Amino acid sequence: MGLHVAVLSGGISLEREVSLRSGSRVADALSDRGHEVSRLDLDAQLVGRLAELEPDVVFLALHGSAGEDGTVQSMLEVLEVPYTGPDVLASSLAWNKPIAQGLYARAGCTVPPGVRLSQQAFRELGAAATLHRVAEELGLPLVVKPATGGSSLGITFVSDVTELAPAVLGAFSYADTVLLEQAVDGTEVAVSVLDGKPLPAVEIEPPDGVYDFAARYTPGSTSFHVPARLPDDVLEACARTATTAYEAIGARHISRADMVVDAAGVPWLLELDTCPGLTDTSLLPLAAAAAGIDFGALCERIVELALAGRA
Amino acid sequence: MRLDTDPYLGRYADRVRGMSASEIRALFAVVSRPEIVSFAGGQPAVEALDMGVIEDIAARVIRDQGATALQYGGGQGHAGLREQLVEVMRAEGVPGHADDLVVTVGGQQALELVTKCFVNPGDVVVAEGPTYVGGLGALSSHQADVRHVPMDEHGMQVDLLPDLLDRLDAEGRTVKFVYTIPNFQNPAGVSMSLERRRALVEIAEQRDLLILEDNPYGLLDFEGRTLPSLAELAPERVIYVSTMSKTFAPGARIGWVAAPRPVRDKITLLREAGDLCQSNLTQLVVERWLAETPWRDQVKRFREIYRERASALLGALDEHAPDGVTWNVPVGGFYVWVELPPGLHSGDLLAKAINHRVAYVPGRGFYADGGGSSHLRLCYSFPTPERIVEGIQRFGELLHEELELVRAVYGDTPPT
Repeated sequence: MGLHVAVLSGGISLEREVSLRSGSRVADALSDRGHEVSRLDLDAQLVGRLAELEPDVVFLALHGSAGEDGTVQSMLEVLEVPYTGPDVLASSLAWNKPIAQGLYARAGCTVPPGVRLSQQAFRELGAAATLHRVAEELGLPLVVKPATGGSSLGITFVSDVTELAPAVLGAFSYADTVLLEQAVDGTEVAVSVLDGKPLPAVEIEPPDGVYDFAARYTPGSTSFHVPARLPDDVLEACARTATTAYEAIGARHISRADMVVDAAGVPWLLELDTCPGLTDTSLLPLAAAAAGIDFGALCERIVELALAGRA
Repeated sequence: MRLDTDPYLGRYADRVRGMSASEIRALFAVVSRPEIVSFAGGQPAVEALDMGVIEDIAARVIRDQGATALQYGGGQGHAGLREQLVEVMRAEGVPGHADDLVVTVGGQQALELVTKCFVNPGDVVVAEGPTYVGGLGALSSHQADVRHVPMDEHGMQVDLLPDLLDRLDAEGRTVKFVYTIPNFQNPAGVSMSLERRRALVEIAEQRDLLILEDNPYGLLDFEGRTLPSLAELAPERVIYVSTMSKTFAPGARIGWVAAPRPVRDKITLLREAGDLCQSNLTQLVVERWLAETPWRDQVKRFREIYRERASALLGALDEHAPDGVTWNVPVGGFYVWVELPPGLHSGDLLAKAINHRVAYVPGRGFYADGGGSSHLRLCYSFPTPERIVEGIQRFGELLHEELELVRAVYGDTPPT
């Protein structure tokens, strides 16, 4: 049955470009499968356009602030339009990485030890004096990242203490709070979850060892292995971590857990993306394909889940 | 199972291997949103054109010359337009004849064709540091090894060129050409002094160098002055590139290259191999616009607009920029090149700037060697003076906040 799907992408978030890429791909796939697709940007006309179009469902191909932090979700609740992805509460929790990491740890996931530092702590509490201590306690190398946002924007690996201040400043460009985490050495793995069930683990082998923006979005730059080349019990532990985090945060329909598996086979959960990328180089579509679900079927399944939740 | 996200990877030519997605380019996707005051793109103020006149010209081109306008043309470009472009060159201080010219798709295609004509992978091209990002794009797509000569308020520091040439000689490297934008350089905003123009030409004679002179902004001196072009000083050593993008409109995609005849022939052949010919339709429109309208008055109007916008920008910078931030004072063209105090990184700061609803181009894109991280380019050609003031106010707030944060984060060990 043909549905009318409004695909939301873009917005004024720093991840606009990635979101537009996800949105184009989703819109093409759904329209190839016979659905009526309206593409909408996030702007002041959005509410009016939705009221006028009256779509059956809204597909959120949004990344970054407003789209991922519960802002759009909250408005769609008011408008009583079904939408894909997590509800307002889960979105808000997942958006704040320090809070989310705490919830995953409580639920039993292994997360890297880390410290959150806000701009306020530096401006008003003299946090600069603690940077050396943080480096000593967590040990180098460290990962410095903004407390909100994705696409690996603003992330720096720090292997020397003199690089710490510039890295913190760089991350502050993206968010008011930064996370300093112990860097975990091992195999990078992403496990996507579709409707509560794990998809095959994807192993990520970036060109220079760092899965940064260029490695993520340049086709062919990073090598992927599905399933990840790890023993079965480790793969099971990865899947368990992904579903535990999905449940802990209250995710819906889809999510992607990024982790590093250390030499002892322990998966360390780095973060959970509740609005995972759907571009040509994104991990969730790769995992779905490995499970025999092509991209069109994946998009359709996500739409069905959003509608079923409303039934 | 290994998954390929790009099954064509093994087939690509070497020249595209270094091309990858970039964080900065991705951030620019947001910049076009109306909420943001953008000092990023170098867009001319085309709204100042008399659209009624152009509408009439376009209608007459279709009516009177429709069959020509919609047909293929010659690789060198329409002869009537080339005659008119010689007049534009004369205004730019460059002597020449219509037959020296090849009309190109903007100045950018001219830069690409000249590069394609001379540069083998790994060949050295000397350029100002910083230099035009599109020039670097053309050079890097042909795998040129770009070496920079620093600039100051008088343009390229030509006195440093012999040393660089000696070092390259010692490495056994030959320089294919020196790429320069002598007038209101993009992005530095400054012009090469007459003394340095003479010195550069002299070095070119002594060391047998070819010069690629790129002159998009030559007519945009706020007072209407022109300095002698390099092409005038050394016609046999200079390949000259200019464009109608700033004197008319970039949407017409009319640029040109004027070169010594043997080079002109090669460039014509290369252009035919690449895209056959220029659009006759836009060539005929621009030919008539130049032949039938007082285009010098239009250029004067553009100059006045840009002078007003530059003055708004400079006034706002004086008022809102914190101490320690420095910039050039342009007397023409589109650009102000800003240097940030220690600890501020123009690339890192862009995300925060966008969150403050203002945008610029970080300095690194203007260098082939990773330089420029403490610089950024502000372009004042497109926003209205009111928007410029609003944007610079936001920019000033951003810099004040960031400086305070730098002091807080660095604590007792200030950045160098």
